[in-house]
This record gives sequence, structure tokens and C-alpha cells, in this order.
Amino acid sequence: MPHSYSKERETATMSSLDIEKIRRDFPILRREIDGKRLVYLDNAATSQKPLSMINCLNEYYQRYNANVHRGIHTLSEEATALYEGTRETVRRFIGARESCEIIFTRGTTEAINLVAYSWGRQNVLPGDEIVLSPMEHHSNLVPWQVLAQEREAKLVFLDLTEDGEINMETAAELIGPRTKLLAITQMSNVLGTITPVQELARLAHKQGAVVLVDGAQGVPHLETSVQSMEVDFLAFSMHKMLGPTGVGVLWGKKEILNAMPPFMYGGDMISSVARERSRYNELPWKFEAGTPNIADVIASGQAIDYLNALGMETVREHEVEITRYALSRLKELKGITIYGPKDATKRGGVVSFNMPDIHPHDLGQILSDAGIAIRAGHHCCQPLMKDLKVMGTARASFYIYNTFVEVDMLMAALREADKVMGNVACR
Amino acid sequence: MSLVDDLYRETILDHYHNPRNHGCIENATTSVEGVNPLCGDELTLYLKVNEAGLIEDIKMNAHGCSINTASGSMMSEAILGQTVERAKEIIESFKNMMLTKGEELPLDEEMEDLEALRGVKKYPVRIKCALLPWNTLLEGLETAGAKPGLSSSLSDSK
Repeated sequence: MPHSYSKERETATMSSLDIEKIRRDFPILRREIDGKRLVYLDNAATSQKPLSMINCLNEYYQRYNANVHRGIHTLSEEATALYEGTRETVRRFIGARESCEIIFTRGTTEAINLVAYSWGRQNVLPGDEIVLSPMEHHSNLVPWQVLAQEREAKLVFLDLTEDGEINMETAAELIGPRTKLLAITQMSNVLGTITPVQELARLAHKQGAVVLVDGAQGVPHLETSVQSMEVDFLAFSMHKMLGPTGVGVLWGKKEILNAMPPFMYGGDMISSVARERSRYNELPWKFEAGTPNIADVIASGQAIDYLNALGMETVREHEVEITRYALSRLKELKGITIYGPKDATKRGGVVSFNMPDIHPHDLGQILSDAGIAIRAGHHCCQPLMKDLKVMGTARASFYIYNTFVEVDMLMAALREADKVMGNVACR
Repeated sequence: MSLVDDLYRETILDHYHNPRNHGCIENATTSVEGVNPLCGDELTLYLKVNEAGLIEDIKMNAHGCSINTASGSMMSEAILGQTVERAKEIIESFKNMMLTKGEELPLDEEMEDLEALRGVKKYPVRIKCALLPWNTLLEGLETAGAKPGLSSSLSDSK
């Protein structure tokens, strides 16, 4: 074999996850890049997919493809039952009270936009403040910028500590009587920081504000309960958690969702339509205008089943272990800058770094040549890049199928990159 | 090892580590900013074009990858001292080299160094990195040409 693939090492040092078995469930991981084993470390962008999920998509189109909520025929009934069944699977996964609080969207971005358009335009008034962290993804920043401009509201940013954690002392002051909304990431896609959502939510609620959590990075990796987080909205995407692209979830508290006007209008979201006016459907369909992404939603249920079978606690354990290992190995490189909390238990499996004198894009390119997929660039977090005083970072992000050996391969490739670019870090 | 040979040639790394004409021009006739939204790379380009339409000085402040930096550095050497007209021709033939598929035309002799960037074509995502300084320069030359007084002298020099 062209690479030093040690089966013992891949499994022996690991948590209770059976990585060998998991890897067999992901056909893409057998792919080679120019004869080299694929090392996929771009999971924060999107995860790979297990065969059970891929088969579920296939089965939908081959066996019971039909539109939901309308046809009085077997196929439609089957499709509807599975589509609505997935809503229940999602409800249980995030510990929500009722499945009518689960709204399927195209992704996290659409879920946040839904809240910005519907709730935001109904509730945010001139002089109100929207509190964000400085490490929000553009999708949890730009919709609020636009709303703030429209409503003459103000964006307020929390402070970060040196390690990239939320400064809770100043947070208690920045979240004030004018705060209408706190919109915050559950876990940073750059720094890996896990935010103290519950603590922040309590501060916001004390001021009568509403709390939205961007769970795009958090939900796939952390055991998540909307009730213990004590928040009002949670948005996340299925494609980052073994599911297909094109499905997101907005969870919201029933009382709040009920009071909100629809976001899009058309079929499926109405209860009756006359020429001049219509009555809208009840939750959750009020927010699901048009034929939904039936196949992908149903397959998303399979993805959640897969994660449930492993157990989210075990998933987290594995990620803490591999992150801790990666952090300790990366530190061996002279001059490297690693961003975010140093303690692996305080962060997700996302490690951003910069090598001295090597632009992240050059690094990404050289690593790609070695079969290693990482992300390089600003990660849709340009304001944070500005705070860090960099143009971008290289980012390795892990998931359930990644191994210590792959971290070793990353290290070898980084040393090789340094050699190509002029030997700065290994000198 | 194709990548190292094609992309990270010695010439490119040399220009990356020691970019020529780096910095800014105090009394520039034109300054223009270029951004690559994909990666966030930025550069500010300064030009000093005299009445006769000659590029007397060019400088760049760039924060970018090796391809971007090297491309800008080589570009500055290729167009320094040229007329605006000639600079536009050089831009044209460089962009042709980077963007045309199939038949490959060799570059003029005075642009020989730039041949090193031909390998970038194999990596489509990186073509943008190589083109950023050139597109920024083109924009700068357009504005320089549009200035009253300067534009008339430009047409005189034709």
C-alpha cells in the first residue's frame, strides 16, 4: 500500500466508536485521489454520507415517489407518513416538545432568513438592538444587517477572549434593555468555540429578548436539547450531519411561530383560498409553501438514525479525542498559529491554523495533491478574519470516521508543504 | 510530483518570497483595489502614468497566496516603463494564455518569465488568483485613461 495504514492504530487509541466499521458504511472513503487514500477533513463544510442514507434516497424514487399531503393513493400516503415521520425523528433528536415546531427549509441559511423576514419584520423596531457574536457565519450576520438597516435597529457584538471564547463579563452588559434578539452560533465554524448558549439565553430572556441559535456546526456534533438550551429558535442543516444537501431545519417555540406571519405563500401553506383572500394552514405547514424536498427530508431521517445508533455522547467523545490529538500534533510545527480554545473539551472538532509564510490556499492545494481535503479561506467569516488580522486560515475539521492516522497523514503533508514553500516551519 | 513542478516552480516561489515593486506610490496618478471574493485576497495597486502615457512607476500592496503574489510581481516587471497601450496588449496576451483552452500560443519574448504561470491552468480554481493583479491593473489603466488631459495625450500618442 502506498500509505502507512495501520489498522491497529486506527482503532486502538479511539473512543468506543468502531471506526473501522463506520468507515465501511461510507463508500466515498474508499475513493483514491491520484492513487492516494482520501483523507477527508472538511466536515465543517459538509459531511460524507453513509450508504443507508444514500439507499434511502434511491428507495424513495424507486418505490413511493409521490407528492405529500394531497393524493388519496397509496404512494402519497406512504410518502406523507415518512415525511411527517422524519419531523418526529427531528423533534426527538433536538428534544423539542412538539413536532409542529419543526419546519423543514433548504438549509440553515433559509431557516435564519425565515426568522429575519417573518419574526424580524414584525418585531424589530427603530432603536432595538440585535446582539451577535463576532464569530458568526455570514448566514447569521447578513440577514440581521439587512433587517437592522431596514428597521433602523442596531447590531451589537459581544467580545471574545484571547482564546476565542465569549467574554461573559461584558456580555452581561452588552445584552441590555434594548436587546430584541440574541442570534448566536452554538459552535464556531472557524475557532471551534462552543458557546455557553444557556447562560447567554438567560441573560437575553431577562431583558425580554428572543434567542436564536445557529446550530449548523453544533447540532451535528453535540448532544442538543432546545429545552435545556432555553432558546427560542434553532437552525441547522442536515448535510453537515450525514444527510443529503438541501434540507435544513428551523425549530421555534410554538407560541412564537404561531404569532409569526408566513414567509412564503402558495400551495400547501393555506387552509382555504378564495379569490380575494386566503386562510393560512397551521404549524408547521404554514411555513412550508410549495412541494417540499420530500426525498431529502426522508433520507435525513436515516442520517439521524445513524447518529442515534452511535449515540451523540460517543460522537462527542471521539471528536474531543481526535481534536486533542490534532492540537498536540500541530503544535510540533514551528511558528504555527492555532486559533480558538486550547482545551479540546471547550471546542468542537474544527481546527483553524496558519503556517508561517504559507497562504492557506497554497496549503490547501498542496494538501489536496496528497489526497487530503481541508478548507482554506475566510470560511464565510470575513469580520472574524479581520479581528484575527488574517486573510484566511487553513481548517481541518473532523467527524465520526476520522482517525489518528489521518491526523498523522495531515502532519506529514503539512511538513511536505512547508518544504515546497521554502522550509519555514520545520527549520 | 506534478504539483510541485507545475505550480510551485522556482520562479514563482522566488517572486512570492521577494515580490518586486512591493509597496505604495505617494504621488500615484491612479490607485485601485482588487478583491477576490472567493478567498478574500486583496491588493492595492498604484500607478504613475506620465503625460505621454508611459507607466513610470507601479507598486502593489498585496495580501495573497503565492500564485497571486508572484503573478502580480511578474506583471509589475513586465509593464514597468511600457506605454499604456502596450501594457493593455500585455494584459490581453497574458489573459489569453490563462483562459484559452486548446491551442497554446507562446508569449512574447519580453514576457518570458510569465510562462512559469502557465502551469496554473491545470488548477482552474487558482486561475482567478493569477488573474487578480491583471484585472486590477486593467481597471487602473481604464481610469488612468479616462482622466481629462491624460486621455487626450493618450490619443495623441497613438
